Amino acid sequence: MTETLDAPTQVGASNADKGVARTGARRTSWTPAWVAYLQAAPIALVFLLFFILPLIATFVVSFWNYTEYSIEPAFALTNYQDVFYGCFSGSSGLCTTFATYLSTLKFVAIVWAMTLAIGFTIAYFLAFHIRTLPMQIALFMVCTIPFWTSNVIRMISWIPLLGRNGLVNEMLLATGLIDRPLEWLLYSDFAVSLALIHLYTLFMVVPIFNSMMRIDRSLIEAAYDAGASGWQTLTNVIIPLVKPGILIGSIFVVTIVTGDYLTIGIMGGQQIASVGKVIQTQINFLQFPIAAANAIVLLAVVLVTIWGMLRLVDIRKEL
Amino acid sequence: MATASTTREEKRPGSFYALSAFFALFVVFLYGPVVTILILSFQGPSGGLTFPMNGVSLYWFERLWSGRGTVDIGSAFQRSLILGLTVMVLTVVISVLAGLAFRKKFFGSTALFYVAIASLIVPSIVVSLGIALEFRILDDILRPLLYQIGLLSRRGNSLGLFTSGLGAHLSWTLPFGLLIMFAVFNRLNKSYEEAARDLGASNWQSFRHVVLPMIAPFLIGIALFGFTLSWDEIARSSQTMGSTNTLPLELAALTTTVTTPEIYALGTSVTAVSFTVIFGTLAAFVLLQRRRQRRALAD
Repeated sequence: MTETLDAPTQVGASNADKGVARTGARRTSWTPAWVAYLQAAPIALVFLLFFILPLIATFVVSFWNYTEYSIEPAFALTNYQDVFYGCFSGSSGLCTTFATYLSTLKFVAIVWAMTLAIGFTIAYFLAFHIRTLPMQIALFMVCTIPFWTSNVIRMISWIPLLGRNGLVNEMLLATGLIDRPLEWLLYSDFAVSLALIHLYTLFMVVPIFNSMMRIDRSLIEAAYDAGASGWQTLTNVIIPLVKPGILIGSIFVVTIVTGDYLTIGIMGGQQIASVGKVIQTQINFLQFPIAAANAIVLLAVVLVTIWGMLRLVDIRKEL
Repeated sequence: MATASTTREEKRPGSFYALSAFFALFVVFLYGPVVTILILSFQGPSGGLTFPMNGVSLYWFERLWSGRGTVDIGSAFQRSLILGLTVMVLTVVISVLAGLAFRKKFFGSTALFYVAIASLIVPSIVVSLGIALEFRILDDILRPLLYQIGLLSRRGNSLGLFTSGLGAHLSWTLPFGLLIMFAVFNRLNKSYEEAARDLGASNWQSFRHVVLPMIAPFLIGIALFGFTLSWDEIARSSQTMGSTNTLPLELAALTTTVTTPEIYALGTSVTAVSFTVIFGTLAAFVLLQRRRQRRALAD
């Protein structure tokens, strides 16, 4: 865990270090040392009670037994065996768990590629084509305001557009492009991907925009003076410099989509499987131990993914 | 923009217009769907879930708020509002304290930072399930003991809006608050504090009269994050609210059952609260900055 999370935290850790390093030359604090512990205590307590202990509880319960009425302390691997039932038997078909992860992986790939393409373009436009800071801030706010509104509402707002009698179908019918309403617009893979892109492109825009704003403009001038075309400047100067932003945005999008159950549920008409939905269903049937085992597997998948992404880009070098 | 073009002689490249068009499309993509349900929530009494509009009326709002319809929304609305305000205040206070702590050296600061980032990244459904399990286990162990000394009733569970629910929301809002505090304190000029100390200010005086006024506008930002993240939170709430439901949970449940524009009226109401908070906050931020500039000029 520490290993995998090492790199992104370097940002904050180095901030803390910087503060400390400066104390040699300039005092930033005149308070006794124990005050820091008192000030950090509330946040530490919240994370202990509502993050660390819950994860430990989940891990412990994933080894418990359960019946129709109760769950009982035990050390049994049956829950994990149930999760991976049929996965390693060598039979030709995919087991349920692998099929579910594969389906989720498809959404992760589509949504990641689309949010990256859209997010990068929007951030590039804001950072390099808008020339005044107030205008940049204003347009940036326009992009961020939907982030502060309800996800569920942003999902259901697609229904009047994509439904069988929705606006899109009406228009296509009116123009004569189709003679029957399209059925795959709503409650489908398409609807899920569209809603996820709609919800989470902002998570790409913000970190990439942030990285772009830090680029020293003289580097770009230098590239042009040296005879680089706009495209060469983009691929050889800008993209390498915004890699950390791309990475942070990607971590957000990939982890959110991997753990999503709500969007896939609502936009998929409760018909498309996802890991989160499997966990949700098992909780509803009070099968906590197997839900916990699934949650631990999901957690492991997410952590390994982040670790892999950090391997691709060494964020410490980039900063 | 006019001033920009006079200071810079360069002509706009062709790509500017292509990217402007792309940005405009993106904004339509972001806002278009929400605008549709905003319009459709004013559907006439005989209107359905899609266009065309069968007249314009407040019928569905009236139905929603009078409680005559399929949804009893008043109590969920109230619960979410109170929880959101509580989360907002706690997020600001705890984040500021943590931000102050991270300016000093303390054992475990790096680990605490890792945990905060992890809390942001771990799937919410996992955290939600974990909190529910933790509370069940604690109930099994502690409740008999607390019953013995007469503090709690024998049966029941401790999952609820202001126990597990509040904690679940804080585990989601505090990482945002902490990251904002890092950004704020990194940009804070330490000379002012040093000057305050040189003039004999105590720890508290230098915080209250020097640091706090300087960071105040950004605390408004943290408050905005705290409230809106809680107001719209759903994944971490799903297992942690006990027998009660917050507004987003009600709304998510309704998506499968309600087939009238009432759900759009609810959506519009929820969005109205979000927008009031967002624009109120931004206005407060701008006012604070202006007042500060005026004072700086007056001095």
